[in-house]
Amino acid sequence: MTGALDVDALVDEARGAIEAADSTEEIRHVAATVSGKKSALAEASRALGSMDPEARKELGRELHEARTTVEELLESRRSEIRFAELSAEMAASRLDLTEYVPGTVAGPGSRGHLHLVSQTRDALEDVFVGMGFDVAEGPEIETDWYNFGALNIPPAHPARGMWDTFYLHLGEPESTLLRTHTSPVQIHLMEQAVLDGTLPIHSVMPGRCYRRDTPDARHLAVFHQIEGLVVDRGITFADLAGTIETFTTAYFGPDIHSRLRPAYFPFTEPSAEFEVTCAICHGGGCRTCSQTGWIELGGCGMVDPAVFASVGIDADDWTGFAFGFGIDRCAQMRHQIADMRALIENDIRFLRQF
Amino acid sequence: MRVPLSWLRDFAPFEGDPADIAATLDDLGLVVEVVEHVGEGLGDVVVARIEEVTAIEGADKIRRVVVTDGSDLVEVACGAKNFAVGDLVALAPVGSVLPGGFAIGKRKMKGMVSNGMLCSGRELRLSEDHAGILILNEVDGAAPGVLLTDALGIGPDVVFDVAVEANRPDAWCMAGVARDLAARMGLPFAVPSTPDLMSLVDPGGPQAPVPSSGPAVGSVATVQVDDLELCPRFTARVVTGIRVGESPDWLTRRLLAAGMRPINNVVDASNYVMLELGQPTHPYDLDRLAGGGLLVRRAGAGETVTTLDDVERTLGRPGPGLGDTGQDCLICDATGAPVGIGGIMGGASSEIGPDTTDVLLEAAYFVPMAIARTSKRLNLRTEASARFERGCDPAGIDRAAERFCELLALTAGPDVTVAEGVLDIVGTDVPVPLEVDVRPSRVNGLLGTELTAPAIAELLVPLGMEAVPTGGDDDPVRVVVPTFRPDVRPAPMGEADLTEEVARTYGYSRLPRRHPAWPQPGGLTTYQRERRKLKDVLCGIGASEAWTTAFVTESDQVTAGFPPPYIEVTNPLVDAERFLRSSMAPGLVRAIVYNAERRQGDVRLFEVGSVFRLADVPDPEGPPAEVDERLCAVFAGEGDDAWSAVAAWHTVAGSLGLADWVMEQGHHRGNDGRVSHEYRSATLLSGPAVSGGRRVTLGEVGELDPTFVETFGLVGTDGRPRRVGWLDLDLDVLLDPARATRRPLESAPISRFPSSDIDLAFVVPDEVPAGSVEATLVEAGGELLESVQLFDVYRGESLGDGARSLAYRLRFCALDRTLTDEETASLRSGCITAVEQAHRAALR
Ligand SMILES: [Zn+2]
Repeated sequence: MTGALDVDALVDEARGAIEAADSTEEIRHVAATVSGKKSALAEASRALGSMDPEARKELGRELHEARTTVEELLESRRSEIRFAELSAEMAASRLDLTEYVPGTVAGPGSRGHLHLVSQTRDALEDVFVGMGFDVAEGPEIETDWYNFGALNIPPAHPARGMWDTFYLHLGEPESTLLRTHTSPVQIHLMEQAVLDGTLPIHSVMPGRCYRRDTPDARHLAVFHQIEGLVVDRGITFADLAGTIETFTTAYFGPDIHSRLRPAYFPFTEPSAEFEVTCAICHGGGCRTCSQTGWIELGGCGMVDPAVFASVGIDADDWTGFAFGFGIDRCAQMRHQIADMRALIENDIRFLRQF
Repeated sequence: MRVPLSWLRDFAPFEGDPADIAATLDDLGLVVEVVEHVGEGLGDVVVARIEEVTAIEGADKIRRVVVTDGSDLVEVACGAKNFAVGDLVALAPVGSVLPGGFAIGKRKMKGMVSNGMLCSGRELRLSEDHAGILILNEVDGAAPGVLLTDALGIGPDVVFDVAVEANRPDAWCMAGVARDLAARMGLPFAVPSTPDLMSLVDPGGPQAPVPSSGPAVGSVATVQVDDLELCPRFTARVVTGIRVGESPDWLTRRLLAAGMRPINNVVDASNYVMLELGQPTHPYDLDRLAGGGLLVRRAGAGETVTTLDDVERTLGRPGPGLGDTGQDCLICDATGAPVGIGGIMGGASSEIGPDTTDVLLEAAYFVPMAIARTSKRLNLRTEASARFERGCDPAGIDRAAERFCELLALTAGPDVTVAEGVLDIVGTDVPVPLEVDVRPSRVNGLLGTELTAPAIAELLVPLGMEAVPTGGDDDPVRVVVPTFRPDVRPAPMGEADLTEEVARTYGYSRLPRRHPAWPQPGGLTTYQRERRKLKDVLCGIGASEAWTTAFVTESDQVTAGFPPPYIEVTNPLVDAERFLRSSMAPGLVRAIVYNAERRQGDVRLFEVGSVFRLADVPDPEGPPAEVDERLCAVFAGEGDDAWSAVAAWHTVAGSLGLADWVMEQGHHRGNDGRVSHEYRSATLLSGPAVSGGRRVTLGEVGELDPTFVETFGLVGTDGRPRRVGWLDLDLDVLLDPARATRRPLESAPISRFPSSDIDLAFVVPDEVPAGSVEATLVEAGGELLESVQLFDVYRGESLGDGARSLAYRLRFCALDRTLTDEETASLRSGCITAVEQAHRAALR
């Protein structure tokens, strides 16, 4: 009995109508005709109920295929039309951007806000500039040599466990990476100064760093550090301790002090960790500082002679110190930010607070 | 590392407030992260004897127990079943507070009143045992009413959780911490002999038996080392006649206090030695070693071994890490079949079991870097590997093995016999004590101190160094550095290492401070100053600075118009986000969406950050990839569109003082980019550069492509993609005055004569940019033209399709006179003619 209904002809007819449609309006109209409730295919489907089971099965399958085909044709034509209309619409909305008439564009009327991390970085830079430092920067992609090797951390050195490194598919495996600290900038600076004969160096190096840490309230995989390097004649650990203390007082306030205690970093010797008075309890002891009155801020030390050797500086002629700490950590401490992840959410309510 | 104060006292008579000791450890660089008071809360717990045990009707979990505490009968409920009448147990009476703060009160249970609690070893923090309550029948001196602490001979203790730095393997044991502490506190330091140890831990207890001498070790076992490069020293001792069982209480208590679980007396002895002296050792069941001995060799490529944790490990093949040569050290039985990975983990086949009677103890020195590589590649870190990779003391092996034998003689039954002698294979690469000359001038030059040679020597000697001044106060100190200090390098680096040791013993807190000064001024570079200015300008027009992720998906990259290849992260945190962004636009649009979802989507955001791309021509000498600093701003406030970005650009260009720049309609990035709207964006080019006169691309301005915007779901209330203005600038070019030319430094004189304004409106075909008309006017106006300003754009039916009216105000003046009407008229007609001829325009 299927002969009574030529499904293929219906599909061809629909195809013709669909292809002829030229606008969203038309395709909507065509869709109603060829696949809507009153379309021939829909009618035929409804008529299936009154057929004997054998024939119903056969025709049912054909109709289902036909409707699927029609829907696909419709969808593909719809997106063609949509694209064409969008292109036409875009072309019609063409602007000559050199037609700009000053004073005709209204702004929001209120200032925007610099990101807290930028504000913190600027403030830190300003303190160090005031102390006679200049500001240097370096790339976020580094080679193994600059990030590790030149800093006295040879391949497979256990100390590499201190940094969870993001490696890149560039060159030899694990030869290129996202810098895990700002210390490679030290190497660039010293190499350049040796090349140009421009020692001494008194620089701070702020910048973005990467560590393969799952973000939590206290850590971000992408974070900011500021590093300091002084290479000069007659520089001692006393100068390092004095610099840290001057900075601490200048940045955090007159009642905040610093202390150093021994630590290990491959690129400094002697090395120290530096702590500052807990800004919450002012040294009295609280939960934030585990009742110690001190908050660990960063690491520092005298430039290791192996580092000097790798950049060709004579360690008997020049001495130097380096220090580094987290810019985000400073912001977190100063503004008592419970969860560091607020820094990367870009919620305007957060940004506007600073 | 957990360090019990009571254990430290084996080595030196440490007294005083534990808080002060913790502060001293901190100042030594042995940072105390937690001070834990243990054994506190046991003060009220007494020994009691079970008098009566009865079932409670309707309760099958607990029973009614009557005990005597020596003076009274006490009724308690108890859930444990491991006791009978007459047993001695630990009773926490009502009112006592157990370790961890658990307070014991009167409790009504199932119709009875429980007046206390019978405790398990775990509840008292004395052991891990929680299978039943603690039974004290075997404890000498336990009797009803005796305080539990008296019966067990334990006092309250303090445990310091010490963070040991990676370069101080020597400090990763009780002896090492004690040595540093004693040096600082001026106390005598000594590693106790075993009999001393016994009297310390068990006053009045049995004297330690001296291990009896057995047969020569060479007659009961063999050792062969085929690879002395990976394993420069390997020793073995044999102990026979062992009865495997539990360790005595004093030993398990120490292990537990140090955070290690007791296993059996043999393994415990090995662990005890590691905790005490820092030397990992490994005991094998000698009967289960085929051939009755060990063979140490390099693993063949692809060779497998099943380690104690029941994992099959493939060895002998280099991993992806730099410097990994794939050299792994295997410990095998005498037939060559692997029984463990040297210095990392043993295998199950020769593990100590309950039936073990004869033990072969391995104590060896493995090359630290080799252990580090193997451990990293296999991702297998153990207490042993962590110590070996930092460097154990090759000279400490003998004492450690001896200590193990002594302990087994004490703890493994009466038949223990130690075979005579040591199987000891030594190669040529065993570290030897270093001789380093330390110049006082160098020490003082680094520290800012004024220490003499004798003072320096005096600070180093207590650390176990030989330090002898070679002459006067300023002459070098000759230091012999023991092999347990692998962190000290040969001279000249070693001088700095020893300077740190001087500083640590002297006390960092006592070192002088000085505020340094130098003649060079500090400051920001022009780039840095202008970048700050740029951000300030963006803030000034109401944009807030965002910080979006550098890790993006492939589709972000494609959507942003950058064709592959991209820079890919080998080990991303989130697998899909494994590319480094080539554009900040996707991140910023997401940030708008994030805010829009919180009903605050009317925002202007910008970011200054790095974008990444592969170098056009890879240069082995140059940087591995290009990292460009760009500024990207998106304008999605109410009414914002391309014009917002254009206005922003004008402000930016003005504030930087760009001398000349042009806007070229359309995007010119030479890729399939859909990030910018095809008909609403322009490329920004700098004025002709100083050299060559070539224009350089500064960035792009305009509107984001609606499809791009829609991809991120940023649609307006009408369901259509929102219009988002955007500005994307290459800061490396924009902030480089050599490429983005600035107005000249010299001031231009200002005319004191009145100026004349001429307003001109032209009907100009749409395809002619207004910017070109302006350029023509500037040229035609010549030197007398002070300014030109587009002030009106008009489109309307009267002008017909394809053209619009552009109205300009031109201001003319001369420096030396007032312009005459004739001059003005001539300038006017000159300008009109120029525009009409150049642009098929007509004066309106
Ligand atoms: Zn505090």
